[in-house]
Amino acid sequence: MATEAKAHELIVSVSPHVRGKETVGRIMWTVNLSLLPAFVMAVYYFGPRAAYVTGLCILTAVLSEHIYQISLNRKTTIGDGSAFLTGLLLGLNLPASVPFYIPVIGSFIAIVITKLLFGGLGYNIFNPALIGRAFLLISFPKLMTIWTEPTARFVALDAKTTATPLGILKEGGLSQLMQVFGDKTELYMSLLSGNRAGSLGETSAIALLIGAAILLYRGYITWHIPLSFLATVGVIAWIFGGQGGLFTGDPVIHLISGGLLLGAFFMATDYVTCPTIRKGQVIFGIGCGAITMLIRLKGGFPEGVMFAILLMNCFAPLIDRGVKSEIFGAIKEQKK
Amino acid sequence: MSRAATFERGIHPEYHKELAAGQSIVRARLPQRVVIPVSQHIGAPATPSVNIGDEVKKGQVIGSTTAFVSSPVHSSISGKVIAIADFPSATGRMVQSIVIESDGRDEAVPFKEHPDYPNLPADEIKAMIKDAGIVGMGGAAFPTSVKLSPPKEKTIDTVIINGAECEPYLTADHRLMVERPEEVVEGLKIIMKSLGVRQGYIGIEENKPDAIEAMRSVVSGESNIEVRPLEIKYPQGAEKMLIKAINGREVPSKGLPMDVGVVVQNVGTALAVYEAVRYGKPLIERVVTVTGRGIRKPANMMVRIGTLMSEVVEQCGGLAEDAVKVIAGGPMMGFAQWTLDVPVVKGTSGILVLTKDEYVSSDEYSACIRCGSCIDVCPMGLNPSMLSILSEKGFFEETKEYNIFDCFECGSCAYVCPAKRPMVQLMRLAKSQIKP
Repeated sequence: MATEAKAHELIVSVSPHVRGKETVGRIMWTVNLSLLPAFVMAVYYFGPRAAYVTGLCILTAVLSEHIYQISLNRKTTIGDGSAFLTGLLLGLNLPASVPFYIPVIGSFIAIVITKLLFGGLGYNIFNPALIGRAFLLISFPKLMTIWTEPTARFVALDAKTTATPLGILKEGGLSQLMQVFGDKTELYMSLLSGNRAGSLGETSAIALLIGAAILLYRGYITWHIPLSFLATVGVIAWIFGGQGGLFTGDPVIHLISGGLLLGAFFMATDYVTCPTIRKGQVIFGIGCGAITMLIRLKGGFPEGVMFAILLMNCFAPLIDRGVKSEIFGAIKEQKK
Repeated sequence: MSRAATFERGIHPEYHKELAAGQSIVRARLPQRVVIPVSQHIGAPATPSVNIGDEVKKGQVIGSTTAFVSSPVHSSISGKVIAIADFPSATGRMVQSIVIESDGRDEAVPFKEHPDYPNLPADEIKAMIKDAGIVGMGGAAFPTSVKLSPPKEKTIDTVIINGAECEPYLTADHRLMVERPEEVVEGLKIIMKSLGVRQGYIGIEENKPDAIEAMRSVVSGESNIEVRPLEIKYPQGAEKMLIKAINGREVPSKGLPMDVGVVVQNVGTALAVYEAVRYGKPLIERVVTVTGRGIRKPANMMVRIGTLMSEVVEQCGGLAEDAVKVIAGGPMMGFAQWTLDVPVVKGTSGILVLTKDEYVSSDEYSACIRCGSCIDVCPMGLNPSMLSILSEKGFFEETKEYNIFDCFECGSCAYVCPAKRPMVQLMRLAKSQIKP
């Protein structure tokens, strides 16, 4: 009677006894893969230097996490792909021309200071890649704002420096932008395809949208943050961004310029640093959009996405507390 | 017909129903001995009313009770009482049990039949249900006569038969609906009569089209009983989710179905009610789905209460080479067993045997990455992420602010969590440390 049980060592653990297939690694490595189109375009426009800068970021990120954890006698977590992702995102946020110590310092700050010292994945308050970039911008303002022409075609980077579209917009307005790029259609085409100066990953809008589509399809990100972020930017750009008074702005230019797409789809949506409740994510996205436009239109910097996201990261826990989830059977008026 | 009804959120696990869904119910061999726990239900345990050495017959009361929220227990075979002692149960606890050695004759006490059962008054019906030892057979095992006697101020207007069977792998209710639909419907009518209710529903998930058809053809003549197809989703069979899907009413937080005028009963319970009222037969056997890739011959067995699982497993070909887990119940809320020498009781809906590939370890898990997947699926609309973090860090009192007592431990959050966190355990930990 008991022989069947004796032949088998039965595992006893708590329900549920089956689990879904998602793991942290699966999610992170899929996000890494979704950034591949943007990375390929970065190498196309800025040459092998793009791979060098990004590679250095990733290497530093992964090594710092590994060494930090091993020296504290903890299990290494580099296999989950999150350090790789932080390195990749930081790399895509940098100009192509930076010297080697920029990626190294930035990645170290991102991983060790912003993520690991706070407790590792799940405990960091700020987006690690963005803190890395913010640190670099403030410490090396000149080096971090030298933008090169995107004429490499995979081969070699031209040393010619230039201004980004948002930089031109801030200095001389829409009229100067169209002087540089041509008429509206040519301007849009350049902005969408990535044929303009900027950081490595922010330029190719279409490549970024392909990656975003992958993540949306897999359900790893939802529409809540990107849509509210972009819609807020679009509306404010339309109302306040024009040269001829209210409601004369061009939302499209703002939507496809700068690091907005990279930020809205890949950085503001970072799980750990955005609200967990969907309604809260909409508030978060609106806040990001508003601060981005405030900086773009009125602030000292031509681009505001990075600071907007970091500032909203501060509010994420507060938003979660304020917007509680809808309890089943809550004692309130039931909507018919 | 109308689109399938459903509730908000929930998950879609892999179901593997095909392992046993096509297996007609087969009567298990008469067991050599049965181990009958005096408590197989929620409420006060029964007190043994026999002594060691007594000869008992099938259907004889061996444990009685005077408490309201309680149930008697009956012998499921004829034979001799050889022991009254604590015995391991499927929940892991030791329970006082009456062990009966079979005399092979399977003789029953006389059962009182009632061919005129539609005319019986409600009070008599409820007394018969209690005397027959009927408890909820979906797994919760709440004494049915108590459920059918709500306080006077709660007006009941609807009875729902739970044919959802949302747990993966299990098919016992499915087979009952396909093979004995008339008896299930008669049971429903008796239940409706005992509550004075005029509207009855039978909720069945769409992965059981044959059951839907069988039940529909039986109720086609009844104007006040309707079969409602349900979207295939877990946990559709949870009472609150079922009610929401069938008639849109939300049982209030910390409340019961009777608060919205509904009583829910499992398919097996309805059948047992019919057999008790019509034939005077007490609850002495039930259908158990024996399934999973770890069992050689999956089947739906009609098993005498008290039969040891090892005997049932043997009749289904025994455990496969790579079997690693035996679960009493379904994979989402069932109990893992360390031995097969535990009895099948009134609430045992399944014996699920998982193999190495089907089982996922929870040994290694990471911090909450705040992805929000759990919030997207929690049927009760809770914030499992926050609850798990609060519990993990010892902030037990704070979990009350997040409605932890609305959690019924369905396991949906744990199922989707990419960090493989022991979500249900963390919920249970917090609940154990605070008062409601």
